[in-house]
Amino acid sequence: MLSIKNLHAKIEDNQILNGLNLEVKAGEVHAIMGPNGSGKSTLASVLAGREEFEVTEGTVDYLGKNLLELAPEERAREGVFLAFQYPVEIPGVSTINFMKTAVNQVREGRGQAPLDAVSFLSLMKEKMKLVEIDQSLLNRSLNEGFSGGEKKRNEIFQMAMLEPKLAILDETDSGLDIDALRIVANGVNKLRDKNKAIIVVTHYQRLLEYIVPDFVHVLYKGKIVKSGTKDLALELEAKGYDWIKDEVAVV
Amino acid sequence: MSTLTETTPLLADILASIKPGAGLRADALATLEQLGLPGSKSEEYKFTPITRVLEKNFSFSDGNHETNISNIGKFLIPDLEGNILVFINGIFSEELSTYNHEELHIKPIDGKEKGFASLADFKSDALVAWNTAAWTSGVSLDVSANTEVHKPVILHYINDTTHSAAKSFTRNIIRLGKSSKLTVVEKQDTIGTHAGFSNVVTEGFIESNAELHLYSIQADGGKRFHFGQTTIWQDRNSRVNTFTLTLDGKLIRNNLQLILDGEGCESHMNGLYILQGDTLADNHTVVDHRKPNANSNELYKGVIDGNAKGVFNGKIYVRPDAQKTNAFQSNRNILLSDKATVNTKPQLEIWADDVKCSHGCTTGQLDEEAMFYLQARGISKVTARAMMLYAFAGEVLNTVDSGPLRNYFDSMISERLHKNF
Repeated sequence: MLSIKNLHAKIEDNQILNGLNLEVKAGEVHAIMGPNGSGKSTLASVLAGREEFEVTEGTVDYLGKNLLELAPEERAREGVFLAFQYPVEIPGVSTINFMKTAVNQVREGRGQAPLDAVSFLSLMKEKMKLVEIDQSLLNRSLNEGFSGGEKKRNEIFQMAMLEPKLAILDETDSGLDIDALRIVANGVNKLRDKNKAIIVVTHYQRLLEYIVPDFVHVLYKGKIVKSGTKDLALELEAKGYDWIKDEVAVV
Repeated sequence: MSTLTETTPLLADILASIKPGAGLRADALATLEQLGLPGSKSEEYKFTPITRVLEKNFSFSDGNHETNISNIGKFLIPDLEGNILVFINGIFSEELSTYNHEELHIKPIDGKEKGFASLADFKSDALVAWNTAAWTSGVSLDVSANTEVHKPVILHYINDTTHSAAKSFTRNIIRLGKSSKLTVVEKQDTIGTHAGFSNVVTEGFIESNAELHLYSIQADGGKRFHFGQTTIWQDRNSRVNTFTLTLDGKLIRNNLQLILDGEGCESHMNGLYILQGDTLADNHTVVDHRKPNANSNELYKGVIDGNAKGVFNGKIYVRPDAQKTNAFQSNRNILLSDKATVNTKPQLEIWADDVKCSHGCTTGQLDEEAMFYLQARGISKVTARAMMLYAFAGEVLNTVDSGPLRNYFDSMISERLHKNF
């Protein structure tokens, strides 16, 4: 589904990704871990199409398409979804209107007819249950005044509504207490199926107890330096990142 | 010759265009001659070169071409039933106007009304002096005490520029008796493609416990050059809400002044300017708190594209007697192009010590992070931009009660912002 080869990216004059390779197949869950500043969020941003990052080398193939050539909205319509680390507050834009516009523009991009008001509301009700999000929250301006947990739940709600093929969760666990974490993880797990892939970007192993990955990769200095199974995450949790840094230094 | 004022060919042209009058008119003419027109160093017209611009576009001594408008249907606000008052090139047209004579006392103005020229100070502003010397027509609107006028009064200021540039000088007085209520809508319209100038001075007297809603719609798409001075005096417990929407025009200068001269007054001044092309819109507002326990709240927002220019100046005075005043002001702007500009200046002068006052002004671009967030959900850039701008404008639009007028504002704003969601 996703094939990243030799990806280099920079922001302003800071080179952040330095030849990253990653293969993700449908049905798989990959965790990207790594110390602060290793390039985890940059990878997520580059895949979603954030303009500040400049790709200087390498390719990203997504379902046979050159992902890097697509505008952010085109990527979303092709099924790429980024759950933001810091969801943006947008005063004056109601969450429901936003969601309806997004769903219908994505549907249009996929050659589907727009949902009428009734179908949209029933779809929304169904997905709201999934992430235990309250209607009153959705009546408010997008993310405005939401708690950290509410914002993250809203991200997963949007993911459920848009039914992506490839979901990238950028530090979705940060700032969540254990209950909120469980709700968010449950929401994600209900969306797992053999046709979808998920990339979980996280600093801690905690989230991976709930969203169990098929593969764990360690990102360091803009490259994947180690890959393994979920046991690698446990090892990182126990030993920290220093041994990885030492290993890389030896090489 | 100082650059504060100018003795330009324009001034000579204007002076030649005014028929000598007696009393106030003569006084105002002498003041205009003495003041001269605002020059490039004039503090009040620093960003709005009205003298230079008028000189380039008008010859006032030429007078107006004859006009024969017989139908104003296309200018009416959809679904809004109102008392329609029509001015063509500054002349009140009884023929085209339709209004209820029972709730409203409407008379052509004659300059002898009580309080005439007592609020709009012609000694300090040449443009007001010009109007006071040269006004051709206008109305006196009088609402009796304890009367609620159910249908709004809609003033259509139409310039007919079919054959040549049109110039109009209008003068109104609005008087609301105790505990009365009135809504007034001012709307600029233009026929023809030549330039049109309007100089409108309106004075309002709002007696105790009365309520005035005043809406101004400046969106006629014509080559409109406009100067407006609206000064409203408020007695105790009265309420005044204003909303000024500016979408079009070459040069629009709105002076809006509220004088809160009784305890317990409440005033809301709202403005929205969404500009493109080479429009210049200048809102100069004054809120003058003279008595205690009054509240004022001012919100002006602008979206400026193309080569357009926005100017905002908001003065708040809190006089020594005006303890327990709450006065808030906010001016926020979004610039959409490199050539769009805005000049914003809050001016607070506070003599009382037990007051709550705040002001803030911001100017920026569309929030890139928010744009990316919307696009990352599959929303096109064009739609995302419209959503953000509509939300920005919505804060001001939401101050208008629902109904045909709100719908009309909404449709104009939506069209301007290419709302497609």
